[in-house]
Amino acid sequence: METKSPELIYDKDGKAHEIVDFNNDYTASKLGFWLFLFTELMLFGAMFLVFAFFFYKMPQEFVIASKSLNIYLGAINTFVLLLSTYYMGIAFIYLKDNNILKAKKHILFTIALAFLFLLIKYIEWSIEINHGIYPDSSLLNEKANGEILFFGLYFTMTGFHGIHIIAGILLMIWVLFLIKTKKITSTKYVILENVSLYWDLVHLVWVFLFPLFYIIGLGG
Amino acid sequence: MDEKSLSFYDETHTVFGHHHNKLFQWIFSIDHKRIAILYIIVMLLFFVFAISIGLTMRMELFFPGEQILSPDRYNQAFTLHGTIMIFLFVVPGIPAVFGNFLLPLLIGARDVSFPKLNLLSWWFYLLGCVVALTSLFSGPGFADTGWTFYAPYSVNTETNVVLALTAAYILGLSSILTGINFVVTVHRLRAPGMNFFKMPLFVWGLYSTAWIQILATPVVGITLLLVIIERVFGIGIFDPAKGGDPILYQHLFWIYSHPAVYLMILPAFGVVSEILPTFCRKTIFGYRSIAISSALIAIIGYLVWGHHLFTSGMSEWTKIIFSFLTFFVSIPTGIKFFDWVATMYKASIVFKTPMLWVVGTIITFAIGGLTGITLVTLGVNIHLHDTYFVVAHFHYTIFGGVVFMLFAAMHYWYPKFIGKMYDEVKAKIAFYLIFIGFNTLWFPMFFAGVLGMPRRYFDYLPEFTIYHQIAGVGAIITVSGILFMLYTLISAVKNGEKAPANPWNSSTLEWQIDSPPPLENFKNIPYIDFEPYEYENGAPKHNLYNKIKGVKDGN
Repeated sequence: METKSPELIYDKDGKAHEIVDFNNDYTASKLGFWLFLFTELMLFGAMFLVFAFFFYKMPQEFVIASKSLNIYLGAINTFVLLLSTYYMGIAFIYLKDNNILKAKKHILFTIALAFLFLLIKYIEWSIEINHGIYPDSSLLNEKANGEILFFGLYFTMTGFHGIHIIAGILLMIWVLFLIKTKKITSTKYVILENVSLYWDLVHLVWVFLFPLFYIIGLGG
Repeated sequence: MDEKSLSFYDETHTVFGHHHNKLFQWIFSIDHKRIAILYIIVMLLFFVFAISIGLTMRMELFFPGEQILSPDRYNQAFTLHGTIMIFLFVVPGIPAVFGNFLLPLLIGARDVSFPKLNLLSWWFYLLGCVVALTSLFSGPGFADTGWTFYAPYSVNTETNVVLALTAAYILGLSSILTGINFVVTVHRLRAPGMNFFKMPLFVWGLYSTAWIQILATPVVGITLLLVIIERVFGIGIFDPAKGGDPILYQHLFWIYSHPAVYLMILPAFGVVSEILPTFCRKTIFGYRSIAISSALIAIIGYLVWGHHLFTSGMSEWTKIIFSFLTFFVSIPTGIKFFDWVATMYKASIVFKTPMLWVVGTIITFAIGGLTGITLVTLGVNIHLHDTYFVVAHFHYTIFGGVVFMLFAAMHYWYPKFIGKMYDEVKAKIAFYLIFIGFNTLWFPMFFAGVLGMPRRYFDYLPEFTIYHQIAGVGAIITVSGILFMLYTLISAVKNGEKAPANPWNSSTLEWQIDSPPPLENFKNIPYIDFEPYEYENGAPKHNLYNKIKGVKDGN
């Protein structure tokens, strides 16, 4: 889009006021995306509420169930996501510096780490499923109520988080495409900024999921 | 002013730039006014559909015993009636249609902040409608759980709950996107000089509503998804056999769905505050208190959901707190009511159809609101919970409040939407028919409820016959009134007289441009250094028509 000089109107004292061009409004894009992140927070927040409720009711059984998760794989995944958000941030800085090549490279790193996260998650889930532990499995249904609920929530919440990772990968591929077609440039970067905000949220949710599902098993 | 001006019906922007196909120019249009019209067409179709189901239920209940519906069909009928009315009609109703059309006009903007997202919302809405319809005609038939989808029954029933929930989820998404769009629009696109306390009150209503849409809808979205997951995978969180808790579902559901009640009524209150000053021909009484009470209702509305669970099992203290907080909501609502009555006091009122609807609503909504206070009194609630009293209260607030105001808005902004005038006499007859029919239909239910007639039953004891028959007659009058009103409005699209820019002598910005408005609304955006409802000797104080259009003043 060509840059037009902003439309001005004048009040009674002859002071000029700028009319916001709704087709090209950086602040609106940022604000809108933050509001969207609020909805994501409410979505995960409701699930955390459910978790808190059952954890409060049956803390012992939650701790027992948590022990059977592999805390090392969880910890590695936390680190992987942390690193990926770092690369995402660096990519954004490079883009603003008009260093398109490096920006693209760092987005690719982020995508690679996101895939690594999914791979490790896949291994974890397969271990549990191979042990006969998945929602409504006969083995799980014989266990105590708290353990059934723990694993029910574990699969639901990490599953939702996983869907967000996949969505993030798709978004980043889209961003790469937009950079290639010059829709995202060093002066028009709001989409990449928003995607990196989104990626921070995905990471942040995991930072809470990790202690809730993995670390509580260390105690008691 | 001699040259004929083009309206948004003549030209439009689409997602693909320019398009020759007339249909594509509509369904891919990113003009907020066209999207509003897309919404209202789909919405009214579903409204008539849901009314016909309601009428069928009333006819079934005209005599005790089975007439035309089997018990199972009856369960599906009230679920369908509730789901369509709530999710497809009342929740999106005023914001999606009138909000979309008017928000940019009222604040002096050329469109909403994200026109493409706006179109996407409509497509999601349409998709939700299609999924809901699919669930009707596929598999074991539509859900029979009631529109609240309470677990554990919604997890166990054989009927097509998953599709119905998916539809509700998609509609929720559409509602969230509209909410985001509106909040950003209000923050970014107000005309220069218009601060928050110079915004018209309908904008305040929409703004508060949009926040509820953003913050509450995701909670019900995830709750409905959890029911789907529960049904498909059996994770157990709502299943007592696995340690889950069905009451938890009710909490999660009402955390959204109670604010959603205010989500429905707040824009309706906004409509009242627009129509009143116009036909009282003076400024509204207590502008700031009305504006702030909208925000207060939105905030307190979050804290009252527990009053739906008084008989479901909660600790006594929780009940008392929820009861107290619910009483508290009536304070900002009461403030609004007194402000409106004070506006009408000693005004020389012009009783056109929109004003009739407003006065009618003030009566019916007062009954609905006051019976709400009756219901939230703990001891009384135990007796009245799940009786016809609740049904009557609910319809007095939602139908007698929200839908009546939607009708009022349909009449008030009709000239702006269509550019024609409807037949005033016919519209008034329709109002009286609906108003009388409405009260005949629902008022007897208060008595039936107090005497113990339970809601959602397909049969009843013979002593309740008289109440059901009065209600049945009322239903027929109401439905004929609504059909007559729709006929009056639709026939005027072709035959109505041409409407001037400002037929009612209103003071807000949407009346300072042509009817119907041109594409992108304002050629020159005005500087707003006055309040929205300034009247002088019964006429609006400011006329910006020529200034906005860029033509020289005649004098």
